[in-house]
Amino acid sequence: MLKNAFGKQKLIPVPGSREYMESEGRISAQEKCPSCSRRISELELKENHKVCPECQYHYSMTAWERIELIADDQSFQEFNSGLRSINLLDFPGYNEKLTGAISKTGLNEALITGQCTIGGYPAILGTMDSRFMMASMGSVVGEKVCRAIEKAADLKIPLILCAASGGARMQEGMLSLMQMAKTSAALDKFHEQGLLYISLLTNPTTGGVAASFASLADIILAEPGALIGFAGPRVIKQTISEILPEDFQKAEFMLKHGMVDKIVSRPVLKDMVERLLRLHLGGNNG
Amino acid sequence: MVKRHFDYEEKYRNLQGKFEELQELSRSLQFDLTDEFKLLEEKMKDIRVNKYQNLTAWEKILLSRHSERPTVRDYIEFIFDDWIEMHGDRCYGDDRAMIGGIASIKGIPVTVLGHQKGRGTNENLHTNFGMPHPEGYRKVERLILQAEKFNRPVMTLVDTPGAYPGVGAEERGQAGAIARVLMTLSSLKVPIIAVVTGEGGSGGALALAVSDRLLMLSNSVFSVASAEACASIIWKDAGRAEEMASALRLTAQDIKDLGIADEIVEEPTGGAHKDFENTAQNLQDRLDRNLQELLAIERHELLQQRYTRLRHIGRFQEN
Ligand SMILES: [Zn+2]
Repeated sequence: MLKNAFGKQKLIPVPGSREYMESEGRISAQEKCPSCSRRISELELKENHKVCPECQYHYSMTAWERIELIADDQSFQEFNSGLRSINLLDFPGYNEKLTGAISKTGLNEALITGQCTIGGYPAILGTMDSRFMMASMGSVVGEKVCRAIEKAADLKIPLILCAASGGARMQEGMLSLMQMAKTSAALDKFHEQGLLYISLLTNPTTGGVAASFASLADIILAEPGALIGFAGPRVIKQTISEILPEDFQKAEFMLKHGMVDKIVSRPVLKDMVERLLRLHLGGNNG
Repeated sequence: MVKRHFDYEEKYRNLQGKFEELQELSRSLQFDLTDEFKLLEEKMKDIRVNKYQNLTAWEKILLSRHSERPTVRDYIEFIFDDWIEMHGDRCYGDDRAMIGGIASIKGIPVTVLGHQKGRGTNENLHTNFGMPHPEGYRKVERLILQAEKFNRPVMTLVDTPGAYPGVGAEERGQAGAIARVLMTLSSLKVPIIAVVTGEGGSGGALALAVSDRLLMLSNSVFSVASAEACASIIWKDAGRAEEMASALRLTAQDIKDLGIADEIVEEPTGGAHKDFENTAQNLQDRLDRNLQELLAIERHELLQQRYTRLRHIGRFQEN
């Protein structure tokens, strides 16, 4: 065999191959795909929109990565970035949690909102970042959602919100629960104007966010494999003490049960959003 | 160890029993302690009244879940005339954890909705412990739209641990069903009055609480999630539920202080179940007065006020 003939001598890697890139130090940390265990480099992941090339597992995306994926290059202009949460109930440990999340993510809160173009169409885009306290919805997230809705209504342009949230921010007590009602009320006004709202459900979309603005769109898209539902699977397991169906509360399960319009994988997401905007004639019904 | 049962009344009854024994004994010894006993009896009563005015958040949770606490159906039957219950979501089924129908209050027809818990295990199995499925929320949506069509004010009574967490509930769209009720109520073109009569648990309770006026019985609670769930999620320790109850600010007074509830309806000493008629009568008077006030507001203005009220909930800083 060839290998035997060369003994232990090192093979020279073919340029462009995985081995070549490794030897050139172009790949730093090698990660194992949590779904199929294939080894993937950071670079490879980034080039593939954070999707495993082997099994299509969708890695979690930061809010800024999501914006980069959907918005036209250099078109995104953030607004309301100065809104910050306060510990309004003097809840033990909340200040530390907020400080930790801010320094970990470099964000002021779990939601980024702004104006951009998508395929040339102007739109309001909001993306959530699950690294920020599981992107739970407190006063700031609720307020930013409402302002994004109102901005889209003012400009008569479509609204696209990408949800990723564990639910209500418990540290803000009832003020966080009420954000469900607040965002739903703002969307009611938005819909009255005949404007387009597209909701993208990413992993995870549960609790108070699922049961409010994320579910109140004209078109509901979901990412493959995303956990979507009202109650978390752990709570359900505890309540019914049964083994849950394997795909339970996954995007595919929700599609099967009629809760989402379409599952869209990342490489074709921007294209899908563009097509939808085009079919709504830019979404401007005003 | 977390106290799971509100046992103050039992202890008080024990004390009363001992007190009566003491009276009996002193009589048999022909000690005349009438004045002393009278004083002691009054002191005991005072202490009890004081206790109920200073319940901890956790004690209020226990009281709001008390097995003898009046259910929503009890209140409906006492407060309203001509109650006709309506059933079903026209889609899948009839949710017995959520009841609704038409009735009248002081001669004014209204649509009434509420969570129904049961008394005892059998009733609770029948009503699923007051935890609705999506069909319950779709029944609500159907009946509130009907109320709007016939220009009938809506009154809701809230008493639930939360929407049911189960496979069927998820398959049939629990999240979307709740969200749509929230959205529909926010602009429903008739006056809406909500009352938390017992447990206001999470989004499943909120779906009936979007209103022009929110009243709370004095021992009722309203919480983003149960204190037990919050303690186990945030502190990884369900045993600290009592401490969590205080941190969450979930009592009627807290909710009023946060600007979410408008009025507190006082319960008698010992809780609503100690004097149901009095409690229900009080509540009827309040509902009636609030309805009169809301009916006097021009409809467009009413909707504007409701929206403004919802839109301004939340506190944050802005740089
Ligand atoms: Zn993989």
